[in-house]
Amino acid sequence: MTTTEDLTTSLRTILDKYDTSRDNLIPLLQEIQEHLDYLAPEAISMAAEHLDLSENDVYGVATFYAQFRFHPPGRHRIKICQGTACHVRGGGMVLDAISRKIGIVPGETTPDGNISLERVACFGSCALPPVMVVDDTVYGRMTPRKSEKLIEELE
Amino acid sequence: MSFADIQQQARRTWERFQSGETPRVLVGAATCGRAAGAMDVIRAFREAQAADPILASVEIQEVGCLGMCYAEPLVEIRGPAGDRVLYESVTPAMVPDLVQEHLRQGRPISRNALCRMPDGQQGELQDEIPLFTDLPMIHHQLRVVVRNCGFIDPTDIDHYIARGGYSGITRAMDMGPDAVIEDVKLSGLRGRGGAGFPTGLKWSFARKAQGDVKYVICNADEGDPGAFMDRSVLEGDPHAVLEGLLIAGYAVGANHGYVYCRAEYPLALERLRTAIDQMRDKGFLGENVLGSDFAFDVTIKMGAGAFVCGEETSLMQSIEGKRGMPRSRPPFPANAGLFGKPTNINNVETLAAVSAILEKGGAWYAAIGTEKSKGTKTFSLAGKITRTGLIEVPMGISLRTIIEDIGGGVLDGKGFKAVQTGGPSGGCVPSNHYDLPVDYEHLAQVGSIMGSGGMIVIDEESCMVDVAKYFLGFTENESCGKCVPCRMGTQHLLRLLTGITEGRGAEDDLETIRKIGDTMKKASLCGLGQTAPNPALTTLNAFMDEYLAHIRDHKCPAGACKALISFTIDPEACTGCMACAKVCPVEAVSGIKKQPHAIDPQTCIRCGACRQACKFGAVRVE
Ligand SMILES: Cc1cc2nc3c(=O)[nH]c(=O)nc-3n(C[C@H](O)[C@H](O)[C@H](O)COP(=O)(O)O)c2cc1C
Ligand code: FES
Repeated sequence: MTTTEDLTTSLRTILDKYDTSRDNLIPLLQEIQEHLDYLAPEAISMAAEHLDLSENDVYGVATFYAQFRFHPPGRHRIKICQGTACHVRGGGMVLDAISRKIGIVPGETTPDGNISLERVACFGSCALPPVMVVDDTVYGRMTPRKSEKLIEELE
Repeated sequence: MSFADIQQQARRTWERFQSGETPRVLVGAATCGRAAGAMDVIRAFREAQAADPILASVEIQEVGCLGMCYAEPLVEIRGPAGDRVLYESVTPAMVPDLVQEHLRQGRPISRNALCRMPDGQQGELQDEIPLFTDLPMIHHQLRVVVRNCGFIDPTDIDHYIARGGYSGITRAMDMGPDAVIEDVKLSGLRGRGGAGFPTGLKWSFARKAQGDVKYVICNADEGDPGAFMDRSVLEGDPHAVLEGLLIAGYAVGANHGYVYCRAEYPLALERLRTAIDQMRDKGFLGENVLGSDFAFDVTIKMGAGAFVCGEETSLMQSIEGKRGMPRSRPPFPANAGLFGKPTNINNVETLAAVSAILEKGGAWYAAIGTEKSKGTKTFSLAGKITRTGLIEVPMGISLRTIIEDIGGGVLDGKGFKAVQTGGPSGGCVPSNHYDLPVDYEHLAQVGSIMGSGGMIVIDEESCMVDVAKYFLGFTENESCGKCVPCRMGTQHLLRLLTGITEGRGAEDDLETIRKIGDTMKKASLCGLGQTAPNPALTTLNAFMDEYLAHIRDHKCPAGACKALISFTIDPEACTGCMACAKVCPVEAVSGIKKQPHAIDPQTCIRCGACRQACKFGAVRVE
């Protein structure tokens, strides 16, 4: 994704797959985010135009859902479960340990753009708590120490 | 092809899969299996196979979850003699032995063998290995909804068909829609999404509603933290759910179905997509389902991370491309739902039960369970319990049987304090109700709910005020903000509970909590706000002394609330093993090997890691 032109072309390709009915809004934003890793302002305006909605309306929907991001995430995405099962088995300890280790709080990205940290309520792997997801791999039975090791192995 | 031909072909596929002719390796590779390292184990088996021509014919397959998540990764090996052994906690390092001994020599290894699987040949070496159905975790269970999970390849529709799948829709189409609804009524099935509304009755409303276009929706949002029943079924047996949706569509007269599944479940979504393609191939979807004039199709909609979207009216808003906010009822979805059309919405587990009910008949299902709570219920056992996992039991079984016999009791032999049922909208059932029969009525009697079936076991080391605060933190965050009682109520409750856990509480707060809670119950727009105060109210009722200890004495009796505790090491009990020092994230523990250690209170961040690590109970908390 280098130039604005590239961005427009690739967004066009995505948009063209969807007809202009409103119920395509969320799937469309999901596919854009899958492609760009976040919802760039250009993406919002193009999606609004495609579905004949105001940009306000599109932002209104996108901000309602936790899945959508408006800034590029880090190269690695760490998600730590704070669901009930993980909470009672020390999920908070794992989150604190990582937070201390990389020096950011959940919702932030490290200044070098390498890692972003998120807290998530339940991955459905509650039988193996605490759970942590690094990029797309789910790790169960975490401890602060094990989680720190995983971070050290990143790049 | 007629359904009889489809079945026959499927049975041949299944027999080949079941017969001992081809040695097999079946790896539980649902999300929980993967989290425990199942994919590394599969890789190790493939590598072993590539290196050894004798193993060329061995089939290595992924299956769903058997429910014994505590023992993951689970691997079933079907050896050359047809014997079947399930191994627990398998690591890649164990693979060469398993290959050499069991797959090549036909000698099961009893170390790490959890059980023998049903239908296997009984080899002589296996006597020391218990049978699957004799395992304490399995013994009390009755599998209806998860009948196929872990036994079939979820990506092979033939496996599902051969085990009775899609004969439910066939039977339904022979009976006609009205008789289907009667059969579901007869079964006594109540919705498993939380509220327990009778499914047959709900269908009859949607059937009676006027409209040429109708919809059926499968609610696979499962936003409750601590619950993973729906995920396991979708990953382990997607067709059971889709067949239920097809039957629902046929019964209410809908030609279009939606599955609304949360984005946090990528594997479930993948399994659903595969299954829907296979249904199209077999003629179970399309203009003429199974050659009839009934037309039906299914669309998958992916959730976008909002708990409230599990609520039915919010979910429909979300499918329509809007903010997922609830609206008041009536009109009920049965009359004016998705796109304003009559809509029927059911939970994943409800639909998986429906396909079994239509296959075997409503009377068969009604014979299971209790008078008012028929059938079986799945639960996810999590928290401080020895055997975490997914279980399915007949309604009416006691809490004690679930926790002690099935779950193996509280983790590390600690004392049982309470079990939290029904997710964030549920309540805590304290230990004096240990013998409570688990069904809709009895849980309601003690102020909790069945909910979707999450069961979080809480031991003596967990603080009930903290647990209540935790849930309010969740609901406050997830409240959509549309109605005042929920938006403001959750904020206030959270603020009060936080204050108490930090030693800033006053006794008046307890009365305020009750008042706010009552108002929220009565005045909130949707179930989220109506139930959000439950964790606070139920803990307040059952654990008043714990609240008072925080408020009056500034003490957390369970030793969990960071602001009120400090850690010390008892020099008498400490053996100097260094375990606590190793886990301390801030190096607050000092001392040398074999000498008693000490904790520097200034450095200590009260994370409790040392206490968890100490095998001698030497870390004291006050
Ligand atoms: C805040 C909230 C969240 C809910 N989340 C879910 C959910 O994740 N899955 C579900 O099936 N039902 C959920 N429900 C219940 C649904 O609104 C609805 O009752 C259910 O899907 C109906 O299906 P059933 O009759 O088969 O139970 C939720 C309700 C509320 C109020
Ligand atoms: S609570 Fe963490 S995975 Fe469910």
